Amino acid sequence: MEITPLGDSALLIRVAENFDDAPEGALNKVLATKRALEVAQIPGVIELASAYTTVALFCDPVRAVNAGAPVENVFGWFEQRIRKALSEMKEIQPDRIEASLVEIPVCYETEFAFDLEDVARHAGVHCKEVVDLHCGAEYRVHCLGFTPGFPFLGGLPRKLATPRRDAPRKEIPAGSVAIGGKQTGIYPLKSPGGWNVIGRTPLQLFDLQKNPPALLRVGDRVRFRSITREEFERSTS
Amino acid sequence: MNATAVRAGFLTTVQDLGRTGFRELGVSLGGALDPHALRVANLLAGNEESAAGLEITFGGLRLRFAHDRIVVWGGGNFDAQIGSTSSPAGHPALVRAGEEFSIGSPKGGCRAWLAISGGIDVPAVLGSRSGDLRGGFGGVKGRPVRDGEEFPIGENPPRTEVLSKKLRTVRIARWKPPHDWSSTAQRLPVLRYVDGADSDRFVESALQLFNQEAFFVSQDSDRMGIRLDGPPLERSRDVDLLSEAVAPGTVQVPPSGKPILLLNDCQTIGGYPKIAHVINVDLPIAAQLCPGDRVRFSKVSITDAHALLLERERNLEQFRRGLESHFS
Repeated sequence: MEITPLGDSALLIRVAENFDDAPEGALNKVLATKRALEVAQIPGVIELASAYTTVALFCDPVRAVNAGAPVENVFGWFEQRIRKALSEMKEIQPDRIEASLVEIPVCYETEFAFDLEDVARHAGVHCKEVVDLHCGAEYRVHCLGFTPGFPFLGGLPRKLATPRRDAPRKEIPAGSVAIGGKQTGIYPLKSPGGWNVIGRTPLQLFDLQKNPPALLRVGDRVRFRSITREEFERSTS
Repeated sequence: MNATAVRAGFLTTVQDLGRTGFRELGVSLGGALDPHALRVANLLAGNEESAAGLEITFGGLRLRFAHDRIVVWGGGNFDAQIGSTSSPAGHPALVRAGEEFSIGSPKGGCRAWLAISGGIDVPAVLGSRSGDLRGGFGGVKGRPVRDGEEFPIGENPPRTEVLSKKLRTVRIARWKPPHDWSSTAQRLPVLRYVDGADSDRFVESALQLFNQEAFFVSQDSDRMGIRLDGPPLERSRDVDLLSEAVAPGTVQVPPSGKPILLLNDCQTIGGYPKIAHVINVDLPIAAQLCPGDRVRFSKVSITDAHALLLERERNLEQFRRGLESHFS
């Protein structure tokens, strides 16, 4: 495990060497690391943010010094505490990581699925098979970012992997479900984007009225369920 | 209790010290691009240092007050007035009900922060009043202030009332903070940085170029980041990384070789290799960079960066204590 400064007020903890060979393993390590650091309550830590194989620890060096860190070695002081917290962490078995399963209803009809045909052509299958494959898999949230609440989901059937569009769209509607390379994701807000849009969910992925505001969290399991145009309308009205 | 933006200017947003605790969900830090200038202005106005103020980009703001307020501004090189009286940077000034505070176009730098006694009282969203323009929340309805818009100002803190009485006749205080705390634009800006988390992904000559050459700020720069033109910085491996955390101050290099210095509204994650991180105490200098400006980078150690940060905090603490006499 490597701990690297990310500027003077954050440290990047790289917990797994490899992602592609064992994405679930990397995710579970990340979750376990995060939990151990939360429990450790290291003084001066502002927040933790994970993504794929890393956990970033954002800190206030001034608060750390006030808590006893030496000015000339603030990061050494943090690193020592991070390593201690992680060595005390019990090996967590992947099946013991609690992860909620969230079902996302998606309408894959043409008016919402701008790039479904492109994805089908690239995979060499019919559109219907793209939908079946997309709904047949179970995904996990490896990271939230790009815009608030945007989930990067791993577990896309290999066949559906489609390169990002050459020219990104200026505006992708909120709720759009899309494929970018080996990942699938959902645009929580209207925003520009380069992924291939294959459908739309009526669910709100990021809702400031809710606590937490994001529907999905890193580690969650996700499944998609195909719904009709009518069901979509009913859910949004 | 309101203030009215008679003219909103080029880009005026509500900002405080930013939104923490939600990066994991993809929510940007946001907040004043020069948090130090906002903290200083708030303290001078009798506010908590974290109160929300206005970030004014390229000036052009005219603000009318419905009640007496102490206002303090700092940042780039601007001319500001209360009515027709000049209101210099860093000096607490009394604005009477019905009067206007106005700030012209910058003669150096591009941004100013205005603290108003009582603070801007828009609702806090996810713990901050800062406007997140990309997310469309916080600040004034998640967007920049518009011409003619009214927004709420909090009650004057009791300590401000004391200062208001003292300024009833002179209007503008004679005292101010250290010059470079309220006037932050530099003619030959140099940003100090520490090694990037991915320095090993660049060829040696790229690391040298970054530390020696001048870079120019491109048009395509905003609160998310400053795009720089200069000698291309060659990466030793032509693959992007798996996305991982980035932060304000991170300098990332896309395949074009042209670096991007991230600022407060940057995304929470990025996949371009990070060649450097501008140190915390120099981000206020970055906040004044305008398109066309020339900037250089100079490497320091992390220990130096921390020593500078601690020194700045000690000085601010001393300054805070020194201010007490004006509020009692």
